[in-house]
Amino acid sequence: MKSLRIIARLDIKGSNLIKGIHLEGLRVIGNPNEYALRYYAQGADELIFMDCVASLYGRNQIANIIKEASKNIFIPITVGGGIRTIENVREILRSGADKVAVNTAAVKNPKLISQIAHEFGSQCLVISVEAKKNSLQNWEVLIENGRERTGLDVISWVNFCVENGAGEVLLTSIDREGTRKGFETDLISAVTNTINVPVIASGGMGKIDDLIPVVNLAGADAIAIADMLHYNRTTIFEIRDFAKKSGFDVREL
Amino acid sequence: MTKADVTIVDYGVGNLLSVQRAFENCGATVEITSNPEIIMESNRLVLPGVGAFPKAMKALENLNLIKVIFDYGQSNKPLLAICLGMQLLMDTSNEFGLSTGLGLISGKVIAIPKVSVVGETLKIPNIGWKNLLYSDNTNSISESILKNLEYVSSVYFVHSFMVQTSNPDHQLAHISYGGNIITAVIKKGKITGCQFHPEKSGTVGLQILKNFAGQ
Repeated sequence: MKSLRIIARLDIKGSNLIKGIHLEGLRVIGNPNEYALRYYAQGADELIFMDCVASLYGRNQIANIIKEASKNIFIPITVGGGIRTIENVREILRSGADKVAVNTAAVKNPKLISQIAHEFGSQCLVISVEAKKNSLQNWEVLIENGRERTGLDVISWVNFCVENGAGEVLLTSIDREGTRKGFETDLISAVTNTINVPVIASGGMGKIDDLIPVVNLAGADAIAIADMLHYNRTTIFEIRDFAKKSGFDVREL
Repeated sequence: MTKADVTIVDYGVGNLLSVQRAFENCGATVEITSNPEIIMESNRLVLPGVGAFPKAMKALENLNLIKVIFDYGQSNKPLLAICLGMQLLMDTSNEFGLSTGLGLISGKVIAIPKVSVVGETLKIPNIGWKNLLYSDNTNSISESILKNLEYVSSVYFVHSFMVQTSNPDHQLAHISYGGNIITAVIKKGKITGCQFHPEKSGTVGLQILKNFAGQ
């Protein structure tokens, strides 16, 4: 039986929970801690907090949000955005996070991957990959929250990251993100076929049924959901119930 | 100063804040320390840990904590070792070459099998929620940290290595990963180890910590 983790993703700007389309046109949703608590109560398996502008402006306000969240939330918390150094990782973990998700800084300084894995363990390091299809029909790695191209090929990049100690991959499809068109299964399966660490599919979930192909066809180990939850179009509880009825191995509440 | 209900060993490894807050949520008072005397005198000791085995043993050694944790473990007071902490209770681990552990419970730490019982490739690390399956000796469950749980209880795992106890009676619960049996909870006297993270396992995990704080 294929197991599936259901993860709520909270994109943060400053002190607000926000949501965009293709990671752009950010709209304020509300207080991230209120939403985080709601998703915990609904039975989310994990939470991902992504500081969307931290990498751009070099801010790290998110530590305070995590400190608050970890007072009442007892599931794994992953934090990404603006993490550039071992010291940044230490601060985020001390705030109550269990894992860090790194994108821009890892591309700019690939040694950071093995440094974090060595210092804190692979279980702590999620490589966040923002993927966009280019004119050659390959997926390219984008950084700075989808604003900047790198020329890196997603497949070779994730292999490099895993070889250097990444314990998990958060794979966001820029083309699908915020569009409600369903997960980009081609992208997800290209990645799950090439590496042997868990892959979290992110971007595009528009209806509950979308989880079936991304798990069965594309081999995702977890799905990250934002839009559907933030706009109250469904609940974690409904998603879990559907996944269970579809024959997936999900957490018992 | 009155002694805390629960003392957490700080050796620079692991998310201590989460463990502390989870115990506090259960109504327990918590002290975090690397002081050998406080550790030896504590009411209940928690040995947390994430990361790699040799690095963790090195950190304990540098803080002169190996002997005091061993002595505490022999003193018949409650000890809870979480995740890598549980692996440290064993005699040896072959993570990054063979290293020696605390030797409080006889057994070894080995890599999780990379294939399922039907030959499918398994993801490593094993990350996610798994149902606890009770090993044979069910009588001891009611006296362990697993008491008062629903029959089917999911808890959160993240690990690449696993424990094998020399004495099968020391294994209290396990999970199935691709049909392979992976040790989830071990117990010898008042020493308990859990491979999963109770502090990250929602209400089930909080009940487990509450059970420990009540021992």
